[in-house]
Order: sequence, then structure tokens, then C-alpha cells
Amino acid sequence: MTTIYDIEVGEEGPALETRDLSVFYGETMAVDHVSFRVPERSVVALIGPSGCGKSTLLRCFNRMNDLVRGARVEGAVEFHGQDLYAPTIDPVEVRRHIGMVFQKPNPFPKSIYDNVAFGPRINNFRGDEDALVEASLRRAALWDEVRDRLEESAYSLSGGQQQRLCIARTLAVTPEVLLMDEPASALDPIATQRIEELIYELKKDYTIVIVTHNMQQAARISDYTAFLYMGKLIEYGPTDSIFTNPREERTEAYVTGRFG
Amino acid sequence: MRPGRAPLGASPSAFDRARRTKGRIFAFTCAAAAFVGVASLGALLVDVIADGASRLDLAFLTGFASRFPERSGIRAALAGSVWLLVLTALISFPLSVAAAIHLEEYAPRNWVTRAIQTNIANLAGVPSIVYGILGLALFVRGLRLERSVLSGALTLSLLVMPVIIMSAQEAIRAVPSTIREAAYGLGATRWQVVRGQVLPMAMPGILTGTILALSRAVGETAPLIMVGAVGFLAFTPQSVMDPFTVLPLQIYSWISRPQEEFQPLAAAGIIVLLALLLTMNAFAIVLRNRARSGG
Repeated sequence: MTTIYDIEVGEEGPALETRDLSVFYGETMAVDHVSFRVPERSVVALIGPSGCGKSTLLRCFNRMNDLVRGARVEGAVEFHGQDLYAPTIDPVEVRRHIGMVFQKPNPFPKSIYDNVAFGPRINNFRGDEDALVEASLRRAALWDEVRDRLEESAYSLSGGQQQRLCIARTLAVTPEVLLMDEPASALDPIATQRIEELIYELKKDYTIVIVTHNMQQAARISDYTAFLYMGKLIEYGPTDSIFTNPREERTEAYVTGRFG
Repeated sequence: MRPGRAPLGASPSAFDRARRTKGRIFAFTCAAAAFVGVASLGALLVDVIADGASRLDLAFLTGFASRFPERSGIRAALAGSVWLLVLTALISFPLSVAAAIHLEEYAPRNWVTRAIQTNIANLAGVPSIVYGILGLALFVRGLRLERSVLSGALTLSLLVMPVIIMSAQEAIRAVPSTIREAAYGLGATRWQVVRGQVLPMAMPGILTGTILALSRAVGETAPLIMVGAVGFLAFTPQSVMDPFTVLPLQIYSWISRPQEEFQPLAAAGIIVLLALLLTMNAFAIVLRNRARSGG
């Protein structure tokens, strides 16, 4: 028996919604009939033990699972009511609206400038490229650190700076949703704090879904939290109620650190 | 200290001495094995330079083969080898890279792909003379290209393609999947991912593999005899349809002469061939180092 918890999404409807979403890798079921809604301009944290399917669930929203051989998706994923898996939808198009930041900073082996400009270039951007690069780096709170070294290799940056560069690179294609897959797990505490502050800033304009292993991080930055366990959505609701007053025993056990 | 343990710095036991000796013997054996290659290259160089250096001059490089050893030069063979090298590179490089991209980035993982892959691996091991027979039947006779540089280049292309394809595949596979994901995540199409990120990162590795494969091709003799490279030529090819000779064949033709005066010519020819090969290999090393430093 699956219990579905839901949240208020307001009149404009959810930015993202899944209904009975299941994902298979070959015979293995990684996500098991998950239904939940992500309101616009909010931060939703996906938490749960390793292998619970949270990254897989995240990758359904920009169809990155399409790149995995043998992955199969059942059920519906909607972006403003539009089925992302409809046959008329081009996954390449989806990723321009729904950007992604990965676990490990993965800048291209190019200059800082070219890293940010790559997305706009491949998407036929026709405006002022310099201005877009600057604006993106400013939004990612990196501009002041790199303004004098835009032509240097992205690899010359520290890990935390690289991750903010990756965020700037994602912002440069002007997405509406940001998917973040443990974006701070490879960073030190200070760099992590900068990323968290950045997420707090970004949620004014973006809808953010973030996977995290760090319970405190989820509590600090997210508005809503979804707890997944063995592919199932166990509980979903406002972050403070998930952490202070969970309805499910397993959620409580997990958020208080008794397992996982 | 635990009871029964010898203190640090105590004289080593028989067991300790034995395992240290084993370690030294192993390290020495490996070093000796590594030295065999360098030693044989050194011996080869000393030998051919001693025999051929006296004949190596500008006249030798610019003169054509002749039945008088003192007038004989290597011009036709050197030109033929360079023609063949350039043509082979032009034919085999784009085909091989395209094949590697298909196999790594586009081909579905099914039995057709596996069959192609297995075939390429097997072709890399086919003796070169067999390619010569194929070249003779297919290019010289079948396509009526005659005994031309083009026939030779096509035959050598068949010979080097499996090697280039496999090294290109390895270079493409070495591009981290995180880079591909990053590009896809920005809304890149497969072509944009390959063109914008994968190929630039893989290119030094691909070029290294190509140059090493081509330097093997430069030394090939057997398949070129099959497609009709000649041992004696008094002109350089002016078009891809002209007859040709190559360095190894010219060297062989001199060595097989009964007159002793031709022997130094062969040695001088070997020096030229080695110089060409070492230059190509040095180029490959430079490319590889540039790739390592993150270019």
C-alpha cells in the first residue's frame, strides 16, 4: 500500500509532476510508482539512502535516463502539464528548459569563458555573448573571482569554483528548472556553504530539485523534502514537517540517523 | 613492544634476507628486459650508420637509382614513400575516425556491432601479404587502377585502418562520461556532443594512434610487391596513377644485388627510412604529451 502525500502547489499548478512513475534498468526496478509535484520557484530535496532511486528519479526530469542503455520509463512526467515522454517531445529540447548540475564538478577542458559560452553557442544564441557569459557568472557568484582570467583553463579553478562554473554554464542556456545531483558532495564545507547560499538566491527565479545525502543541507535549503526508500516515495511534504514531525516511521528513522 | 617481536633495526632474519634478494632479482630481470629493446635499436643504428653514413649525402637523396652504385640515389623511393604515406593518411584517417565514432557513440549494442568489432580486431592481425593479394585483386585488377600509387595507398589503408579504428575507439572511450553528460545536459545533440567535446578531447590520442599505424605502413614491403611496386624507377610519381617504388623495396633491391658496392647504399637507405620513422614517432610523442598536459 503506497501512501501519497501531497503539497499545495498554488493556482499556477506545479512546475513538475510525476504520476505513477517507474524506472527500470533492465529487469531491476529503480523507481517504483512515484507520484509527486514540484511547485514553481521552490527547492525540493530528494533524500534517502544510497541506491534508493533518487538520482534516477531526478534524471527523469531532463530525460538523462535516455542515455543509459537498458533504461525504461513508465508512467508520466509532466513539465507545466506537458508530458515530457510524449513521442513528439525531443529530449534535447527538454534539457534546454530543465538544466542539470552534476555531483562532481565536470567543466569542459576549455577556458572559463568557453565553458559558459558552449551552451548558448550550440543553442544558436544570437545576442551579446560577452554579456550573457558575464551575467551567468554573476548569477553563479563567480564573476568577481574570474573576471580577470576568463581565458584561463577551467581546470585552474578550485573544486568549489568549478562547481559554480558548472552552475553558471547551466544558467547560460536560461533554463527554468535546475536539477542538482548532490552538487556539494565533492566539496569542502566552505565551498558547500557558498553553493547553498547560491541555491537560496537562485530559487527566487528557478525551480530547483536537489538530491542530497546531507540531511542538514536538505533541512537548510529546501522548502519541500521527499524521502525515498527502495525506489518508493515514502513521504513527501514541507521540509520542517518531514524533519520535525514525520508521519512515517521509516522517515523518522532515516532523518534522525538511525539507518541509511 | 609486543613480546616475541624483534626491535626495529635488529639484524634481519633469514626470511627477510631471502625476500629482499628475491625482490632485487625480480627488479634486475625487469630492467634487463627493458634494456633489450634499447640495446637492439642502438646496435642497429651503430651498424647501419657505420655501413651507410659514407654514402649519405645530398646526391644520394636527390639521385635516382642506377646500375652504377656510385651514381645511385634514393629519390624515387623517398618520393614514393612520401606519396604513399600522404595518400594512405588521407584515405584511412577520415574513414577510421568515422568508423570509431560510429562504433563508440552511435552503434546500438547488438550482434551486428559486435560482429563488426570482432572483425576489426581480427583484421588487425591479418598478415600484410594477404592485404597485398586483396589489393591486387580488388584495386589493381578489379577497379583497374593498375600498378599505381593509388592502388598501393588503398591497400595500405586497408592494412592500417583496423589499427587506427581501435586506437581511435580507445581515445574516444577515454573521454570521461561526465563530459558527455555535461554537454547533453546543456541541450546538445549527439552530433554537438561528439563535435564539440568528445572529438577535441580524443584527437591527440587518435592522432598518436594514426601516426604509429602509418609508421608501420611506411615500413611495409610485402603488400606493395603484390600490388606491383617496382624495385627500379628513374622518375618520381607525378600523379596518383603513376607507378612507384618505396624505401623498403629499394633497400631490398640493393641488398639483393651481387655487387658489394650496393651494400652501403642499402645501409644509407635504411638510415633514411629510420629517420623518417623516428621523426613520425617523435611527432606522436609530442602529441601525446600535449594531450596529457590538458592542451
